[in-house]
Amino acid sequence: MKFLPSSSEERVQCFRILDEDGYPISSNMMEHMSKELALKVYRGMVTLNTMDKFLYEAQRQGRLSFSLTSFGEEAINLASAAALSIDDIVLAQYREPGVLLWRGFALQEFANQCFGNNIGHGKGRQMPIHYGSKKLNYVTISSPLATQLPQAVGMAYSLKLDKKDACVVAFFGDGTTSEGDFHAALNFAAVMDAPVVFICRNNGWAISTQVTEQFRSDGVVVKGQAYGISSIRVDGNDALAIYNVVCSAREMAVNEQRPILIEAMTYRVSHHSTSDDSTKYRSKDVIEYWKTMHSPITRLRNWVERKGWWSDKEEFELRIQTMKQVKNAIDEAEKEEMPLLREMFTDVYDDLPSNLMEQETLVRETIQRHPEDFPKDMPL
Amino acid sequence: MWGIVRRNAAGAGGLSSQGLGRLRPLVSAVRNYSSAVKEMTVRDALNSALDEEMAADPNVFVMGEEVGEYQGAYKITKGLLDKYGPERVVDTPITEAGFAGIGVGSAYHGLKPVIEFMTFNFSMQAIDHVINSAAKSNYMSAGQINVPIVFRGPNGPAAGVGAQHSQCYGAWYGSVPGLKVLVPYSSEDARGLLKAAIRDPDPVVFLENELLYGESFPVSAEALDSSFCLPIGKAKIEREGKDITITAFSKMVGYALKAAEILEKDGINAEVINLRSIRPLDRATINASVRKTNRLVTVEEGFPQHGIGAEICASVIEDSFGYLDAPVERVAGADVPTPYAANLERMAFPQIEDIVRAAKRACYRSVPMAATA
Repeated sequence: MKFLPSSSEERVQCFRILDEDGYPISSNMMEHMSKELALKVYRGMVTLNTMDKFLYEAQRQGRLSFSLTSFGEEAINLASAAALSIDDIVLAQYREPGVLLWRGFALQEFANQCFGNNIGHGKGRQMPIHYGSKKLNYVTISSPLATQLPQAVGMAYSLKLDKKDACVVAFFGDGTTSEGDFHAALNFAAVMDAPVVFICRNNGWAISTQVTEQFRSDGVVVKGQAYGISSIRVDGNDALAIYNVVCSAREMAVNEQRPILIEAMTYRVSHHSTSDDSTKYRSKDVIEYWKTMHSPITRLRNWVERKGWWSDKEEFELRIQTMKQVKNAIDEAEKEEMPLLREMFTDVYDDLPSNLMEQETLVRETIQRHPEDFPKDMPL
Repeated sequence: MWGIVRRNAAGAGGLSSQGLGRLRPLVSAVRNYSSAVKEMTVRDALNSALDEEMAADPNVFVMGEEVGEYQGAYKITKGLLDKYGPERVVDTPITEAGFAGIGVGSAYHGLKPVIEFMTFNFSMQAIDHVINSAAKSNYMSAGQINVPIVFRGPNGPAAGVGAQHSQCYGAWYGSVPGLKVLVPYSSEDARGLLKAAIRDPDPVVFLENELLYGESFPVSAEALDSSFCLPIGKAKIEREGKDITITAFSKMVGYALKAAEILEKDGINAEVINLRSIRPLDRATINASVRKTNRLVTVEEGFPQHGIGAEICASVIEDSFGYLDAPVERVAGADVPTPYAANLERMAFPQIEDIVRAAKRACYRSVPMAATA
């Protein structure tokens, strides 16, 4: 009689290509990233970091009601996006705007969504950072956690029936793996042979709940195997490792029509969101340590610089240019008008139903008859 | 009586101790205890209620996301972990369905859980347990399994949080037999109703409001006592009046009271009822009021169809049809998922002016509106 132990003696190994200082660990391992791609990934990481900083500040200044950043997780954001095709459908959680950035979502569009203005794609419907783009195959962010996971399996099932050369990629955090939907999604994906790549950003924190309080397993990677899914643990702050792993995972998912689970180990340098001050439950030193000593941006920068592909001069130019662009996008978005009144009633259903048409007419009549009861700057 | 005294004090330009000092003799004539009135936020009221009930009964425990170390997402459970330890203040992984079910299970076996949903919008991930595991158990087990559980958390809209963080669940939970559904407004409501909910042997859904947490209300010495409890199923007449009845709950009580002040200037004397309890609904108080005033406006933030106002309308038509001098006016949230943009969000929820206009319509002070769907 032998009971399987609650965990194996050794933790599952973490795949990485570059060490902490950006040196390739093994000369045998092919690095698999061209100069062009590497620099595009690097620029994307810096842009994401800059955009996050400015949007966070805008919230602090009272110009936005809410914001959420991806500090420390830039490699997962950009390197994974680089490994995917534009036909792969992405269902993210909320800390993956870099994937949208990679696919061509403009800084102006990010800012417009956050300010909820009239020209934003979002028509002022959603809270800030709840981006989405049908054109770029990035499903609109939804707040309840893990709901995107069974949805991803459903979309993958649809892709499967269409026999498309594409897969679905679902992002989520470590905390989300506690939700019931995570288990339903993985189980169904395995049983239905759905081409989904599940990417978990294990950043150690779920607001103030550490992973040790979230689960007792050896992280998330072992849960994949429990459902009959091939799984891998990777260093989430190593852009090259992420890129290579996601490339392989995608290939398996598409060619072999089965799900894959990737657990990307990283650290949440950010506070959970602007509604959180994480210094209340972890020391400033710890945050600073991870921010400076384990920065995925610095790690990749070291590698591209040593390859002779990047220099201080280009770094300086990139930083200045990005700051200007982000600041400009935010200022422009802020100036735009609020959404028109009719956007309150459209899109509830496919067609505008008669009761909502009547309500809109009633509202307009009321505003006309009682202008003193309504703000002057209401766009009608 | 106490309510009238408090209103006079408030009318005298706020609750200065000097103002109340003048009223003190009147109060002492009615009560036997000191009438020193303290101000307390709803947050502190809830916190003190939890603290007292946990001290009084070792079976009471709190469970939810961020309730312990973080002191609560909205700081309602502040200080409880330090005082009662991790076995009675349980931080959970992110699994609403999980901890709701676990809470119910613990209640099956005699514990008294207070389960916090970070917002009732997330309770939908656990609603099967609230309804099928908690609400119906006593009935289905022929009285063998009672579930003395409280599900609490913020309900309804806050400010600028979009559709998935703004829905009011009063109507949904209010329609389920087996549940009790409470909706506190003031700090006294918060204390009295939460204590009653925790002591109640039946499952209670306790709908708070994020924007009320920071609001301060006067609380009487009676309300500060640890034995204080409010009856479940009794509404409170916040403001007496004779021309029109306005029913409201939670944040809308504040709006209704402000609307009543505006209406007073136009010679309309409004009676404002703070429902306090959606299930059981205090039909007696509502009907008695309508029989007195003959006109009714119901106010809620939730969606209009199948809302609280709809049920109140039905009750009044069934019991007091002959007493109505005008059709009932329902003021409710817009029939759309809550938009985020501030200008649209403002249009999606009742404002004080909407209540004023509805009351005037019911009093035939303006052109009657055709019924809208």
